[in-house]
Amino acid sequence: MRVLRPLVILAVVVMAMLGSATAQRGSDGTVTLLYWQAVSILNPYLSGGTKDIYASSVVLEPLARYAPDGSFIPYLASEIPTLDNGGISEDLTSITWKLRDDVVWSDGTPFTAADVVFTGEYCMNDEAGCVARNFFNDIASVEALDDHTVRINFSVPKPNPYSAFVSAESPILQAAQFADCVGVRAQECTEQNFFPVGTGPFVVSDFRPNDVVTFEANENFRDPDKPAFQTVVIKGGGDAASAARAVLETGEADWAWNLQVAPEILAQMEATGIGQLALSFGTSVERVLVNFSNPDPALGDDRAEYMDGNNPHPILSDLRVRQALSMAIDRATLVEIGYGPTGKATCNIIPAPEIYADERTDCLQQDIEGANALLDEAGWVRGPDGVRTKDGMRLSLLFQTSTNAVRQDFQALLKEWWNELGVETELRNIDAGVFFGNDPSSPDTYGKFWADLEMFTSSAAGTDVEAYANRWTCAEIAGRDNQWLGSNQHRWCRAEYDALSAELAQTVDIDRRAELIKAMNAMLVDDVAVMTLVYRADVSARANSLMGTQKQSWDSELWNIADWYRAD
Amino acid sequence: MGRYLIRRLLLAIPTLLAISFIIFAVLDLAPGDPTGNLPLTIPPEVRQQVRQALGADDPFLVKYAKWVRQFVVYEPLSQLKASTGIDLVPEGAVRILSWQTRSPVSDLIWQRMPQTLWVVGLAYLLGVLIAVPVGVLSAYRQYSWFDQLGTFVSMVGFSVPTFFTGLLAIIIFSVQLGWLPSIYDTTLVVKDWPSFVQQVRQMIMPVAVLALFNASQLSRFMRASMLDNMHQDYARTARSKGLRERAVVLGHVLRNSLIPVVTLIALGIPGIFTGAIITEQIFRVNGLGDLLIRGIYNSDIPMVQTITFMFAVLIVVFNILADVAYGVLDPRIRYG
Repeated sequence: MRVLRPLVILAVVVMAMLGSATAQRGSDGTVTLLYWQAVSILNPYLSGGTKDIYASSVVLEPLARYAPDGSFIPYLASEIPTLDNGGISEDLTSITWKLRDDVVWSDGTPFTAADVVFTGEYCMNDEAGCVARNFFNDIASVEALDDHTVRINFSVPKPNPYSAFVSAESPILQAAQFADCVGVRAQECTEQNFFPVGTGPFVVSDFRPNDVVTFEANENFRDPDKPAFQTVVIKGGGDAASAARAVLETGEADWAWNLQVAPEILAQMEATGIGQLALSFGTSVERVLVNFSNPDPALGDDRAEYMDGNNPHPILSDLRVRQALSMAIDRATLVEIGYGPTGKATCNIIPAPEIYADERTDCLQQDIEGANALLDEAGWVRGPDGVRTKDGMRLSLLFQTSTNAVRQDFQALLKEWWNELGVETELRNIDAGVFFGNDPSSPDTYGKFWADLEMFTSSAAGTDVEAYANRWTCAEIAGRDNQWLGSNQHRWCRAEYDALSAELAQTVDIDRRAELIKAMNAMLVDDVAVMTLVYRADVSARANSLMGTQKQSWDSELWNIADWYRAD
Repeated sequence: MGRYLIRRLLLAIPTLLAISFIIFAVLDLAPGDPTGNLPLTIPPEVRQQVRQALGADDPFLVKYAKWVRQFVVYEPLSQLKASTGIDLVPEGAVRILSWQTRSPVSDLIWQRMPQTLWVVGLAYLLGVLIAVPVGVLSAYRQYSWFDQLGTFVSMVGFSVPTFFTGLLAIIIFSVQLGWLPSIYDTTLVVKDWPSFVQQVRQMIMPVAVLALFNASQLSRFMRASMLDNMHQDYARTARSKGLRERAVVLGHVLRNSLIPVVTLIALGIPGIFTGAIITEQIFRVNGLGDLLIRGIYNSDIPMVQTITFMFAVLIVVFNILADVAYGVLDPRIRYG
């Protein structure tokens, strides 16, 4: 008896200490995220933008995700298949995923290979309008070898087979829930699209489209101690500046996404001290595209048509002119004015992942005299009004971009610098929804490119830059025959580049692939098919009390929301 | 009066049909692509498939005819089924779906109604309640300090745009003082005192900003109308009969002055339903105005078409109501 009492007290004390050391599921209450472009749908296969993909990643999970360093992390798979472990076949025509057997859907039913097979059929159905359709290119079939093994068979050897079912853009849907939503019916399944059943740390409890989504902790989540938060609220509406204000100044929210706000304003808000910016660099590069075809309105229907190279741009076909234009740009000033700490001057069109990044810095120095010398050499003579002419033609360029304060600042600066070269620049800006749209009847889309130069940002999907680099092949040239849907808006065509692309498609060795990508990058930049300007970070803001976040650009920024917690 | 009413209602039908056609034509001709906001990493062939799946590439008249049938037949029947359970919905009927959310447009509209009616409707009501007494008093004590002050505040309230006053209010009351929230929580359910207080707190700024704007316009009109009637012969007669000042002003002059003002108020009510787009954006009220503007930005034609047409219906209806009210209030008016 006398021995027992102190032992009991000791046991109680030890248990109390253990209890407070481990976080409980749902112990940290609510976390509020501001997605000023509000979430419209929670099915990423029918999404209207990045916001929908990120929001759905809280509930739906893929077989593997990208980690912040670009490598793969298995989620619903038990390991990443590789050539070494036999997951990828020797001839590169199939990949076999082994699935975890301890995962259940949030409604308690087991997750099996049948769900993966179903998801493949869902997206590969051509009538569904699945936005991730290209993730399933060259797939001959997706088959379930048993309840926890899936094999994807390709129709051609794929050096990079990690596309389908990888990343937040291609998660696994529950076959039972979406059974009646295949093909044309996909658009009408509102209940499923708004309340998808997933394996992730949260379930959707309330969804008001284009307004607010509320998630509750998933009782059937595989890790019993996670997530730390009981409720996640993703509120939409307003604009980027007010979202930044709500996190950094008033403390009404814990996280805000996509803060395209002037750097001085962000710095001022950060100075309040209750929050900080979360940056990650992906592959987003703001660039100026050169039009290699002639966009002269007098050509009528043939305006800006490639025509196998028989319609060259009268001014920009000369490499010296392009080089001069690029040399006149002071990229450091552009970064300072437009992006501050959220951007870096760059000379690479493919700036990441690290193995593909070239060390070039040749474009970072502004050189007006050198540029003027090049134009003199190319035969452009200054006229009485300061604008250069040659063969009766004025060096006059139309420069278009989307309506955006930072972009208009850039346009003004570039126009100033090119003015010093004797280049006359006309500026245009077009509403983003029109510019980036694909309406074939609109004259103002970036695909039509009825201008000499245009500027915007683009990036690669995930870490696979092969598809990104392939955008500049001759086959991708945008024109009348493909309704200006080609991704090569420049109408730039080089046989050597296509040769590199063809070799890349066959190459498995990662070092050789890196060499090829670097060579393709060099070709694009040296030939000034693009003038690279700013390597842009994705900018979010977080409250200082929100811990565990790891902002990244390769996958959803909410990829590890199960690990988020509140600081004490 | 009855025949007048019926004639007006019958005339409204071809009017509305013409309006819907014009709206649809304008929207269809406008450039813009519902896939324009998808990430640029999605290749163009896929975007093309998305457009086809949405029905964005169908010929114009096909799209218009589909929309008319959906709006006139399928939607009312679906609403009937939802509210009473009577299922008259024909096989294969598809409701008007928004291109952004792939969900029925009318569901989205009903979802947004509460916050729009609460914030914008309350602001309108408050504006009216403030404007009438202010206008009356300004007219009664013309050129007094109250009138001068009222004139000044009205001018400021009317000229300064709501995005400025709204932003100013947020900076003062949310950022500097921290008294009021700057984000409107649409999921807040009022079930006890603390949640009621929270609802009031989050409504104060948007309602005040809008009420100021509404009251400014209306008070000027009220004042002018009162001034017109104040010096009429019948007012002088009423005073000389020995009626108290209060009875003269409120009982006689005000009643006559209210006639044009009531007409104005009735014509302004449809404006509540499109919400106050800018104020909703600033405070994240996410009501009908926000729905409309986002639909426009995202080239979501079914959404914009339906909301704009709904607005047209409301305008036509309230126009008729205003005319009827005018006839009821003013016995001199007789409709044949």
